[in-house]
Amino acid sequence: MTTKLFGEPVRRREDARLVAGNGRYLDDLGANALAVAFVRSPHAHALITGIDVDDAIDVEGLVAIYTWEDLPAGVREPLPLLIPHPALTHGRTAYCLAKDVVRHVGEPIVMVVATDRYIAEDVCERIQVSYEFLKPVVGLETAVSGPNLVHEDVPGNIGAHMIQEVAAKDGRATRDVIAAAPHTLEFRLDIERSACMPMEGKGVYARWDADDRSLRVYSSTQTSTSVRMAIAAKLGLPLPKVEVIAPDVGGGFGVKIVHPWPEEILVPWAAILLNREVKWSEDRREHFISSAHERAQVQHVKVGFDDEGHVLGLDVEILHDHGAYTPYGIIVPIITSTQLLGPYKIGSYRVEFFSVYTNTVQVTPYRGAGRPQGVFCMERTMDKIAQYLGKDRTLVRAANFIQPDEFPYDQQMIFQDGRPLIYDSGDYPESLRKLKDLIGWDEFPLMQSKAAEEGRKLGIGVGCYVEGTGVGPYEGGHVQVTSDGRVHVSTGLTSQGQGHETVFAQIAATELGVPIEKVSVVTGDTRRFGYAVGTFASRAAVMSGNAIALACRKVKEKALRIAADALEADPADLEITDGMVHVVGAPSASIPLATVAVLSNPLRYAFDEEAKRATQFATSGSMDKPPVAEGQEPGLEGKDYYSPVRSTFASGMHAAIVETDPDTAEIKILRYAVVHDCGKMINPMLVEGQIHGGVAQGVGGALYEKMVYDEHGQLLNASFMDFLMPYVTEIPFIETDHLETPSPLNPLGIKGAGEAGVIPVSAVIAGAIEDAEKIVIDRMPISPSDLYALRDSSRTSGAVSRLRNTQ
Amino acid sequence: MKPPSFVYHAPATVAEAVEALAAAGADGKVLAGGQSLIPLMNMRLAAPGHLVDINHVAGLAEITAEPGGVRVGALARHAEVEASETAHAAQPLVREALRLVAHPAVRNRGTTVGSIVHADPAAEMPAVLALLDGSVRVRGPEGERDIPAGEFFVGPMESSLRTGELAVSVFFPSARGGTAILEVARRHGDYAMAGVAALVAPDHAKVACLSVGAVPVVVDVTEAEGDWKRAAELVQDQIDPEADIHATADYRRHLTGVLTERALKAAADA
Repeated sequence: MTTKLFGEPVRRREDARLVAGNGRYLDDLGANALAVAFVRSPHAHALITGIDVDDAIDVEGLVAIYTWEDLPAGVREPLPLLIPHPALTHGRTAYCLAKDVVRHVGEPIVMVVATDRYIAEDVCERIQVSYEFLKPVVGLETAVSGPNLVHEDVPGNIGAHMIQEVAAKDGRATRDVIAAAPHTLEFRLDIERSACMPMEGKGVYARWDADDRSLRVYSSTQTSTSVRMAIAAKLGLPLPKVEVIAPDVGGGFGVKIVHPWPEEILVPWAAILLNREVKWSEDRREHFISSAHERAQVQHVKVGFDDEGHVLGLDVEILHDHGAYTPYGIIVPIITSTQLLGPYKIGSYRVEFFSVYTNTVQVTPYRGAGRPQGVFCMERTMDKIAQYLGKDRTLVRAANFIQPDEFPYDQQMIFQDGRPLIYDSGDYPESLRKLKDLIGWDEFPLMQSKAAEEGRKLGIGVGCYVEGTGVGPYEGGHVQVTSDGRVHVSTGLTSQGQGHETVFAQIAATELGVPIEKVSVVTGDTRRFGYAVGTFASRAAVMSGNAIALACRKVKEKALRIAADALEADPADLEITDGMVHVVGAPSASIPLATVAVLSNPLRYAFDEEAKRATQFATSGSMDKPPVAEGQEPGLEGKDYYSPVRSTFASGMHAAIVETDPDTAEIKILRYAVVHDCGKMINPMLVEGQIHGGVAQGVGGALYEKMVYDEHGQLLNASFMDFLMPYVTEIPFIETDHLETPSPLNPLGIKGAGEAGVIPVSAVIAGAIEDAEKIVIDRMPISPSDLYALRDSSRTSGAVSRLRNTQ
Repeated sequence: MKPPSFVYHAPATVAEAVEALAAAGADGKVLAGGQSLIPLMNMRLAAPGHLVDINHVAGLAEITAEPGGVRVGALARHAEVEASETAHAAQPLVREALRLVAHPAVRNRGTTVGSIVHADPAAEMPAVLALLDGSVRVRGPEGERDIPAGEFFVGPMESSLRTGELAVSVFFPSARGGTAILEVARRHGDYAMAGVAALVAPDHAKVACLSVGAVPVVVDVTEAEGDWKRAAELVQDQIDPEADIHATADYRRHLTGVLTERALKAAADA
């Protein structure tokens, strides 16, 4: 048995439990808890003029009804604006329960607590809220041009306005460079809304111990430590009296990093007030209309380039739809603005965004977090340049690549973590070479023309991206070896199904030289680890992985020192293999790590045979020294933190071949290929799993998913019947190849892989459809009905530009 | 997404079921497979006061060959009908169409009769019944009657079933010609944006179209005399599709034309 598991395709240890239905999700807990339901606004924009509960109070099983008026001081304030930014001059957040205005359909107004959810919903139905209607603001371009306001004190509905510019090397401004460029193009791009849509919605379950004055809260969250701090602060409780646990979480994808959700404050508050267990488990409709969405942007692009396709100047103006509130600041448009640059050296770059309020569900990061929009912009730009110049699309990209010998490469911007946008490592030309081999890029024209002879329309597309991963500020790891030889690993960030139990155990087993079966991993439980940031931004493996490795190294150092005493050897001559500490080259001179754990903790009391060895009359330590040496602690355990100087930058390239039906306009992905570089891989099987899931979400965003709001601000497709998340039948087989350029920034040389798969998909599919149809595709997602309409208008009116034929 | 309270009835015989339905009147609903009714109740779009669960009624799950066709009982699940050689031998279009109905998990629970009684104009089985001139056998307080498909579908989600009546079976006739069904859905198993079931017999040809009207739209295309492009135009003249978030009316009309031509060709070749 090897204990060197780093880099091995170890099967996911959590799957047997989860797949067999033995997961422990939020709604599996608290079977006897009181249930919560909310009266949510059916209107997009209205003043609340009255709340009448007369018809509701007689319902048997009703326990309590709360409105904003009932809330205590700390809970009455607007929810926190989590990430302030100087450009966010008009940040606005919602109240836990609407105070006097509702600004989107789904905003919570009344909280109902009852003996079960059925009764709670009966009560909700009987509560009459009266409204005075205000004009709803829907649609980005309407919001910035129209007279109606989402927040009456936010002129033009503009919450934030930010310009970043990287001038040309000679100091010229981007717009001047473009004006003087040999060739220029100008166009508008449009990306629709989608959403995270985890299989498990949000949920909160709270237990108050009135005698101990302590609160335990379970939340389906991506950050239990920060939810804990928010609850303690809002409810005025001492932090040590509050513990928050993320149980098994059925997916997050970003929506559960937002916190505290109103329910995360209201449910514990009600549990304390009522001195009863209280639970709220979000249903699917609630998730659609009251959680968060993402993606929607309109981009105006101007680009100047030379005969070779080098981008001399790029000027992008973005309207970003932020929905009704900005609890997560302007992280999404900042990421779009900065990650738009991808693997390219752009001569000069100006990006300006307006973050715009609309009477729709708020926008917060969804897997990819603004990158799919940025990559869509840049990759469409590259395709258009290639088309204009009559060049191969991959050659235009290659002409602009940062070269392997140019790292670290400073893009001279400020990234989402407030730190410089400096790429640490990568090899983009090699990625592209691998991708072209994998998809058969150079052979495709022959395939395309053969298909055309049969009346079939085939197209190929390509997209490249760079993704800042592993953002700080920090994560920690705690590792304890107990006297039974078990290794207990904990970290504060949370898991939503990524496979942390497996990869963190691989790291610990490798670092400590123990069998993986001996290692257990706990995440997201503040009883075990109190300091953490959370799981988002493809950061868990980089941050907690390195922290756990560092903690293991501390434990190993201590183990070798104690073992050296016992074996009368030099620690430098010792090594741990398969749970045994031994002298290098002399396996017989050994001591089990379990025994080292016993010896690490001098005992007075023996409770089993192992413990006897550490009791005061059994040890033979020096009588001149204390049993626990100065500067040491009892126990074989260690804790450490990893805090990076800045993010590490993963990259990848995708290509797809699509077929469009000449008659029905159906769009089918025939092949999908991915080359991915996330530095050193802890577990290539899990990296592929992350890529597959990401591509599947990307296909959803490219061909199926959008949030359809009407002009009244009603979400028309708030169910899985009409919001078309793709089934497995819609997802092509995904071919992958890897490249490993280690990150120089962290001990393990790793980069994040969580979001990668989703990022370039819309750009790739748009390029492929454009190639098949010879019709410009500037708006995603695209449905067969949309493609039919594009064909129709390109045929009849010329309203849609057709690509010119390049031989 | 929890339903309001309702009275649950679990009759053991058709007579008891009819009695419970008659007593409940307009406030009663039949529960068979529940694949449409339960989501509607959970979303509180339907709130029947009485739910008459026929799953305990004996003798309703049978699939029986009868002269000129096959009779499918009210408790026969889509998956059972799909797998039935009896049904397939009598009318191969039934299996072909059932494979387009949602997904295996839904077909394991949902019933073919339930789908027809639900009368969704976007569903496959009402169109199949309409194309074949099948019928629905119902039992009510006044006894039993057979309703021809042409009179059964009266509007979206609306049939000519009277209050207190239970559909106990449907009859799919065999055909003297070839049949086929084709559709285009956004995702595999979704309700189709457009779909066409076709029948081509030696002396006549016709189609039934999904998702382009209030009920399955049956169009006789015999006069096209085997020119299926012409037949597609005849059909496009007869339909009045509506736009929704998945497809424009124009696209639905176009698709129906394409599918009419393809389905008639497939039926002629079958």
